[in-house]
Amino acid sequence: MLSRVADSIYWLNRYVERAENVARFVDVNLNLLLDSPVGTAQQWEPLIVTTGDLAGFRSRYGEATAENVLKFLPFDPQYPNSILSCLRLARENARSVREIIASEMWERVNNFYLMVEDAAKESSLSDLHRFYPEVKMESHLFAGVMDATMSHNEGWHFGQLGRLLERADKTARILDVKYYILLPSPGDVGSPLDDLQWIALLKSASAYEMYRKRQHRITPQGVTAFLILNREFPRAIQFCLCQAEQSLHQISGTSMGTWRTSSDRTLGRLRAELDFLTIEEIFAQGLHEFLDRLQRQLNQVGESVFADFVSLHLA
Amino acid sequence: MQIDQYDPGEFYDELFTAPGQPRPAAELLFERLNSIPVSDLIQRQQLAQNALFKLGVTFNVYSDNQGTERIFPFDVIPRVVDSSEWTKLSAGLKQRIAALNLFLDDIYNDQKIIKDKVIPESVILSASGFLKPCLGLKPPQGIWCHITGTDLVRDKDGQWYVLEDNLRCPSGVSYVLENRRVMKSTFPHLFRALDIAPVDDYASQLLEALLNLAPPSTVEPRVVVLTPGMYNSAYFEHSFLAQQMGAELVEGRDLVVSDGYLQMLTTKGLQRVDVIYRRIDDDFIDPQAFRKDSLLGVPGLMEVYREGRVAIANALGTGVADDKMVYAYVPDMIRYYLGEEQLLPNVPTYLCEDPQQRQHVLANLDSLVVKATDASGGYGMLVGTQSTAAEREDFAGRIQANPRGYIAQPTLCLSRAPTLIGDQFEGCHVDLRPYILYGQDIYVNPGGLTRVALKKGSLVVNSSQGGGSKDTWVVRV
Repeated sequence: MLSRVADSIYWLNRYVERAENVARFVDVNLNLLLDSPVGTAQQWEPLIVTTGDLAGFRSRYGEATAENVLKFLPFDPQYPNSILSCLRLARENARSVREIIASEMWERVNNFYLMVEDAAKESSLSDLHRFYPEVKMESHLFAGVMDATMSHNEGWHFGQLGRLLERADKTARILDVKYYILLPSPGDVGSPLDDLQWIALLKSASAYEMYRKRQHRITPQGVTAFLILNREFPRAIQFCLCQAEQSLHQISGTSMGTWRTSSDRTLGRLRAELDFLTIEEIFAQGLHEFLDRLQRQLNQVGESVFADFVSLHLA
Repeated sequence: MQIDQYDPGEFYDELFTAPGQPRPAAELLFERLNSIPVSDLIQRQQLAQNALFKLGVTFNVYSDNQGTERIFPFDVIPRVVDSSEWTKLSAGLKQRIAALNLFLDDIYNDQKIIKDKVIPESVILSASGFLKPCLGLKPPQGIWCHITGTDLVRDKDGQWYVLEDNLRCPSGVSYVLENRRVMKSTFPHLFRALDIAPVDDYASQLLEALLNLAPPSTVEPRVVVLTPGMYNSAYFEHSFLAQQMGAELVEGRDLVVSDGYLQMLTTKGLQRVDVIYRRIDDDFIDPQAFRKDSLLGVPGLMEVYREGRVAIANALGTGVADDKMVYAYVPDMIRYYLGEEQLLPNVPTYLCEDPQQRQHVLANLDSLVVKATDASGGYGMLVGTQSTAAEREDFAGRIQANPRGYIAQPTLCLSRAPTLIGDQFEGCHVDLRPYILYGQDIYVNPGGLTRVALKKGSLVVNSSQGGGSKDTWVVRV
């Protein structure tokens, strides 16, 4: 298939997934605020920090107040990772491959975009609680429609790859939010408030119920292990990597466990590393440091995919 | 208001001879329309428009950077053409395309028509569509104009005329196909009761015409549709036709010339392309051969094309025949190449380059239509009868400064067809663009795009100028 087309389907899915995860970020914080003891300061800055776009935010908005952050993350048309921008880019990509994807997929993205655009025009804080679940649902609808209407061909696998790599990266960032959110005092580690924060985090990854079924007690190790190493929960990083690897091998035509392209190797190696990692080892190197490195490795996978299949070097 | 109260006025009406008096081919349609309350018709019109919007049958508006897509307004009342009349039109079109094709092959090779003094050399050399790099070109099977969308109009007395040929990359055929699809669900009974010529095989015919150009030795020739990209106003059509033919839709940046062949960049490396259906103007197709600033084309494509290693439809250089001064010589071409008289006449044309004819044009600006010889799409023209003194003065100046750049024609009183506007049936001026394919034979798609001027009294039917469209039914009586 045309490299440009593969790239567009890949980014179409990445952007839809990214929009969904920005909604999840914001949602975790909105949840946390509701549970915070009266009188504690609202913490919005950690959210911006985990997106990696703090500098850009500061220069344009200054202080990380609720109002500023709730404008910046979902609706700022100049911020390339806002929900609005993601949807605009997703729609552009979909439009340029309209004859390749199923028309139902185009319709979904178009609806999704129009919904976000409407919300951006009339966003009042009270509507926000409705808006974020809607974004998540639209993203699920898109993924479902794609799964059920598009042939599971090369293009579909590129889409899967984009979605799963994006999701792995964002789950890592959601976990990282906890690192930046400060407890009132060091003595609060392990307190009910700490517990509430971990629960909010699980909820923002739609992982709370699934976690409870597997491991009753909420502990930092338990939650972290679940979101990083679990192979069954679809938002867990290792689940994403395993699925992404399968799609990648469908594309490259190499059998699992072997490699031909550098994408095969980078992704296979990362997945294998997580296969044999324990949560103790992760905590020993520091959770934040681990997540940071993981994000860089995910970026490398994305770059390899681009180099191997999209930007053809002519001899 | 019901359709039986519609007054065709003193125009040639496509459906009626007098109020309540339909033409024979439109009788059943008339009865049916008359039995439907107008409110119901309005509703069907809206449903049809919605269906077109949902199908994505849209065109982009250039000036709008938000990429707004609009639908080409669609009227549910079809235009009906009697099949015996269609047979004549079709023969006239085939004759014209055959002659134009011979002309193109001649003008870029032996130039006999110039040597025999049928057309002055200066007319050809000064035509903006004449491309020197195409001299000596031998396209496969000697076919140059594979796809043509000829604009036809009808005058007050019902006589058909050819207005323009459009030999470069005519657009609009997707509307023909989608309008028909929508009309079938709007008037299913009529389609059962009437013998309406189907238009649906256009995509298959187009694919055959394109495959016909691939080198005979190619096992599975690869056909691509080359589009300028999603911001082009006709992008929907490019993507639609690619989809209908199962061809790859490519942009210039997807293609490279490598190892002497045209190749496309795929996830599995380079893959050879054998036939291009190009929807990019000649000037933009290869920055090495034509416009240096073009980002849409493929550097080196012209060389591969010249060597015969890739076929392009339409051939490059066909734009010379779209020049409105060259147009005036088509009757001579038909006589010269085919030894026949023209079946489907041209609109009488005054060449402003000729001093005597120019005098006549300048003296009669208020009654003539003046057109720039290198423009199309309703741009660069003066409709004398609807012009102001200042506009006429402006055109007089332009004509005198550049006589080669203008021609003039008498103002035709374009035929009209009843059109649903609000809850009224109004007579609106129409033209007709049939689509003609030149593959192994010449094929005329039965019907074509009827464009309708929705602005009251307007004679300009182009989509960029507020026009709409109707389905065209070729009906056997």
